[in-house]
Amino acid sequence: MARRVMIKGNEAIAMGAIEAGCRYYFGYPITPQTDIPEYLSAAMPKVGGVFLQAESEVAAINMLLGAAATGVRAMTSSSSPGISLKQEGISYLAGSQIPGVIVNMSRSGPGLGGIHPSQGDYFQSTRGGGHGDYRTLVLAPSTAQENYDLTMLAFDLADKYRNPVMVLGDALIGQIKEPVELKTYRKKLKEKPWALTGAKGRHGHILKSLFLADGELTDHNWMLAKKYKSMEKEVRFETYRAEDAQLLLVAFGSVGRILRTSVDILRDKGKAVGLLRPITLFPFPNKAVRQAADKAKALMVMEMSTGQMVEDVRLAAECACPVDFYGRPPGSIPTPDELAKEAMKIWRKRGLK
Amino acid sequence: MSAKPKMKKVFDRPKSLKDVPYHYCPGCHHGVIHRLVAEQIDNFGLKENTLAAASVGCSVLMYDYFDVDVVESPHGRAPAVPTGLKRAKPDSFVFTYQGDGDLAAIGTAEIVHAANRGENITVVFVNNAVFGMTGGQMAPTTLLGQVTTTSPYGRSAVTDGLPIRVSEMLSTLEGTAYAARVAVDNIKNLKKAKAALKRAFTYQTKGWGFSFVEFLSSCPTNWKMSAEEANARVGKEMADYFPLGVYKDVRAN
Repeated sequence: MARRVMIKGNEAIAMGAIEAGCRYYFGYPITPQTDIPEYLSAAMPKVGGVFLQAESEVAAINMLLGAAATGVRAMTSSSSPGISLKQEGISYLAGSQIPGVIVNMSRSGPGLGGIHPSQGDYFQSTRGGGHGDYRTLVLAPSTAQENYDLTMLAFDLADKYRNPVMVLGDALIGQIKEPVELKTYRKKLKEKPWALTGAKGRHGHILKSLFLADGELTDHNWMLAKKYKSMEKEVRFETYRAEDAQLLLVAFGSVGRILRTSVDILRDKGKAVGLLRPITLFPFPNKAVRQAADKAKALMVMEMSTGQMVEDVRLAAECACPVDFYGRPPGSIPTPDELAKEAMKIWRKRGLK
Repeated sequence: MSAKPKMKKVFDRPKSLKDVPYHYCPGCHHGVIHRLVAEQIDNFGLKENTLAAASVGCSVLMYDYFDVDVVESPHGRAPAVPTGLKRAKPDSFVFTYQGDGDLAAIGTAEIVHAANRGENITVVFVNNAVFGMTGGQMAPTTLLGQVTTTSPYGRSAVTDGLPIRVSEMLSTLEGTAYAARVAVDNIKNLKKAKAALKRAFTYQTKGWGFSFVEFLSSCPTNWKMSAEEANARVGKEMADYFPLGVYKDVRAN
C-alpha cells in the first residue's frame, strides 16, 4: 500500500528523485528551493548516493553533465536567477544529448526580483533558454503530489529522449505543505550504450556538441529537430468542468490550481466556465487548445506574469475563437475570487450567457 | 635475396592515441603533451578505464586523438564536469586537458573549487600565455609587454594586471595534493615532465587526491614566431616568470 505523508512541495521533488533512482544531486542554495538540497544532503548518503554543494549554479549543472555522461540519473535544482546561470550547461546537455533533470522552483524577476511565486520563467523554460536551436521538455506541476509524480516522469523522459527535462514550479508549489502519496517506482532502467563507462573492448565514446565538418552541424540540428517533434506524443494536460464550457480558462502550475476554485465559484453562479491546465509546457498541448477553441466561445489565459504562455495559446487556437488574458506580475498571489471576477469581465465582454 | 633484417622496435605510438595526424600547428607543444599523457595512460594500464573532459580551445579536439571516453565541457567548466564523472564512476581514471584561456580565465572558479574539494582527478593544464583557438588574444597568463590581438601595445600591469601563476596559487589550497610546472622544450625538461605526469597519475590511482600538472607550451602561430624561436621562448621568457618545478607533493617521502 502506498504511504501517505504530509510534506512540502520541495521535499516531494527530492523524494520523487530518490524514488526514481536518482543518486547524484548537485546544487546550490537559493530561495525558494533550498529545501531540495537540504533534504538531499541528508537523504543521499543514506541511499549510497552523492550530494554535492557546488561552488556555483554554473558548476552544479556541469557536474550534472559529467555524472549523467556516465549514464547515471542526476539532478540539479535552483530558482530563477540560478536557472539563468545554468542555461549554458543546459544548452550543452541538449547539444551533446546527455539526459538530466533540472528543477526550477521559480521566484520573481527580472534580476534579483524577489522570492514571490511567479510564472515569468515560462519563455526561458519553453524556448530553450540558452543559446542554439534546442528544446527542453518542460513539466509544470501544480501540487506537491505532482511534484513527486512528475519528477519521476522527468527522469524517464530525460532517458527516453537523451535530453534535459525541466520541472517548472514556483515558490507556491515548492513551499506548500500537503498530503502526498508516495508511489513506488517500478520501472527497470534501460542500458545506455552511449554512456562513458571506459573503452573496454571498444573505441572511446565521445559526447560532444561541436561539429566542424561540412554539413555535420546541419545534420545534427535536423536530427535534434526530428527528436523534438517526436516528443509531441508526451503531451499532458488536465481539464476541469470543461465539457460544456463557453469560457475556457487556460493556466498552468499554481494559477491552474487556484482556478479550479474559481471555476467552482462561477459554476455555482450558473456560468459555464471550465479549465484547461497544460502539464507539459513543451511539448505544448496545441491540439487540445485548438479543439477547445472550436468548442468554446472564448478562451482566457491567466498567468502570474504579464503574458507569456498566452502567446502559445493564441498560436494554438489559430483564431478559432477570441483569446483574452489576465496577468498578475509578481508581488501577490491572486485569490480564486479575484480570478473569478476577472473571468466574469471577459464573460460579459464576450457577451456570453 | 637477403633475409629481412631483424629490427627491434624501440619507439611506437601509445595504444591510447589514435593513428591520425594532429591538426595542431607546426611547433605547437600539444602534440608532444598528448603523447606524454597517452604514454602514462598506457603505462598505468588505464586505456579501458579512463574518462576525460575536453575543454574549449585548440585542445577541444583531443577526442580526435585519444582513444578513450571523452565528454566535451563548456568553456572553463572542465573541472566541474570531471567532478561529476569521478563522483559517478569513482573507480575510473578521470582527467581534464585544459588551456590557459579556459582554466586561468573563465574557469578560475571551477579549478579552484575542484582543487579545494580535493577531487581525486588529474588536471593537465597547457599554458601558452595566449588564447590560441580564437586567434591569439591576451590571456590572464600573457606576459607583461607581450603583444596580442587584444593587447596591441603590449600587456600592461596597470590596465591588465599581472600574469597569474596558477600552480603556485593552487598549491596554497589544502585540497591540492600534487602540483608541478613542467615544459617540453628540451629533452631534460621533457623527462621531468614525464616524471611529473607519472607522479600525478600515481596520486589519482592511489586515491591520494587532486593532482595538477602545468605545461608551459609554445604557440608559434599566435606568437608570430618560428617553431624554433617559440620553443626557445618557452625555456627563457616563460620559464623566467613561470618557474618550473614541483610546487606540492604531499606524499613526498
